[in-house]
Amino acid sequence: MFDFSIVTTWFDSLLRETLGLGDFLSILIECVLVGVFILAAYAMLAIVLIFMERKVCAYFQCRLGPMRVGPWGVFQVFADVLKMLQKEIFFVDKADKLLYLVAPFLVLIASVGTFSFMPWNKGAGILDFNVGIFLLTAISSIGVVGVFLAGWGSNNKYSVVSAMRGAVQMISYEMSLCLCLITAVVLTGTMQISGIVEAQSGPFGWLVFQGHIPAIIAFIVFLVAGNAEANRGPFDLPEAESELTAGYHTEYSGMGFGFFYLAEYLNMFVIAGVATTVFLGGWMPIHIGVAGVDSFMDCIPGIVWFLGKAFLLVWVLLWIRWSFPRLRIDQILKLEWKYLMPLSLINLVLMTVIVALGWYIK
Amino acid sequence: MENNNSYFGGAVKGVKSLLTGLGVTMKEYFIPKVTEQYPENRKTTLHVSERHRGRLVMPHDAEGNHKCIACTLCEKACPNGTIKITAEMRETEDGKKKKFLTDYQYDLGDCMFCQLCVNVCPQDAIKFTNDFENSTFERGSLVLHLDKELQYESSLPNIIDGGAPIEIGKWNTKK
Repeated sequence: MFDFSIVTTWFDSLLRETLGLGDFLSILIECVLVGVFILAAYAMLAIVLIFMERKVCAYFQCRLGPMRVGPWGVFQVFADVLKMLQKEIFFVDKADKLLYLVAPFLVLIASVGTFSFMPWNKGAGILDFNVGIFLLTAISSIGVVGVFLAGWGSNNKYSVVSAMRGAVQMISYEMSLCLCLITAVVLTGTMQISGIVEAQSGPFGWLVFQGHIPAIIAFIVFLVAGNAEANRGPFDLPEAESELTAGYHTEYSGMGFGFFYLAEYLNMFVIAGVATTVFLGGWMPIHIGVAGVDSFMDCIPGIVWFLGKAFLLVWVLLWIRWSFPRLRIDQILKLEWKYLMPLSLINLVLMTVIVALGWYIK
Repeated sequence: MENNNSYFGGAVKGVKSLLTGLGVTMKEYFIPKVTEQYPENRKTTLHVSERHRGRLVMPHDAEGNHKCIACTLCEKACPNGTIKITAEMRETEDGKKKKFLTDYQYDLGDCMFCQLCVNVCPQDAIKFTNDFENSTFERGSLVLHLDKELQYESSLPNIIDGGAPIEIGKWNTKK
């Protein structure tokens, strides 16, 4: 298995020893490089995801999707982005200018922040704290603030209603989201992202295999709650054309709207990525305990494993989104507070019992 | 409707119906797609149903005769005033006076394709064809004189017979 930390330690020593730069300069250069990498990957993935959404949605509806711009329509999203960039950015009269301006960036910060936790490859995790999962959920909740401020700041009653719905939904579903992650942490025994991935290295070590029943329940509940958290799928109440014109981003144009759009898709990827990391082993190849097969699996680079699993989950999320009708607000809250939350609480207890008795695959 | 499901029964039922829905969409994902790529397929796989109302025509036989007797029933039936018939009285060989059509003006731009004119015609002199590519650059060229169109030619070769047979999934038709 290729260890990406070889590259990073080489680059670090290049700056510090070969070039003789001090602590400040070398850390600054590294941070800038990593930041550029994150933003580039973020933008690239957004384009891929939007294209994927349009194509997969079309295929579920027995259509072809974009076919005109470039072969098989691959340049459609680039055209959309160019259009978005050219649009005039205007302000609403009597809008709360500061909040109106800040809101899209808060949403973007939350999504880029959580995006930076993804374990791309062995040794290529960008943010890797000992409280990783904990910090990840904390950063992701900044997004609620952004959504709420966007609705409040744009001086539009529909936006406020939409923001209320968004906030209610996101705060509710964060509950079972975090409970599912805690269930996983009980089994792995660590909150550090790299530690969680390492803990899934054994034969059938992925958490869904290792923790069998409670892990599978947690995985499914995580996907449902994550879908709601990203305001997508059957839970896209904040975006209601018929009732709310568009949603909390009604009054945004140009890149302000673009950021919300971007964040929506990347949040979906982040949900899929976190589910991959925690339940499907991140970049860890599947091991079945037979040496030949295991070493063959190790030949496939970790980033391929990670992206493959994450995109498979993204596809599942799209499948769910384009299959089910939207829920009403009371149904959304009922699903969370009467079904998912009790289920994940019982599941947490079940997982604790299983770990305490050692009934999981070691 | 009263919802009598118990808590667990309702949950099980809900999950079951959700899985049914997922199964349906999954099947849909893999079946051939119905989209037709129109300008590319207009000479290959384009299918337009024969009874589609594209525009009005007046069929002429081989000698260039039409069946219209200038009774103006179609003109009166038309809700939009699309049809203007001009006729004159002529004396036939046996000395009878008879109405003859001199101009059958049909404004395609005003027509709403209700087919009342075709239904009312006692002689079956006019009919709708499925030739739908009627767009022009000015309104004036939409005013047609059907009795002057001795040999009506559709813009696409075999479209009048309905074009190609319906084949779902044959969308990539650039040959």
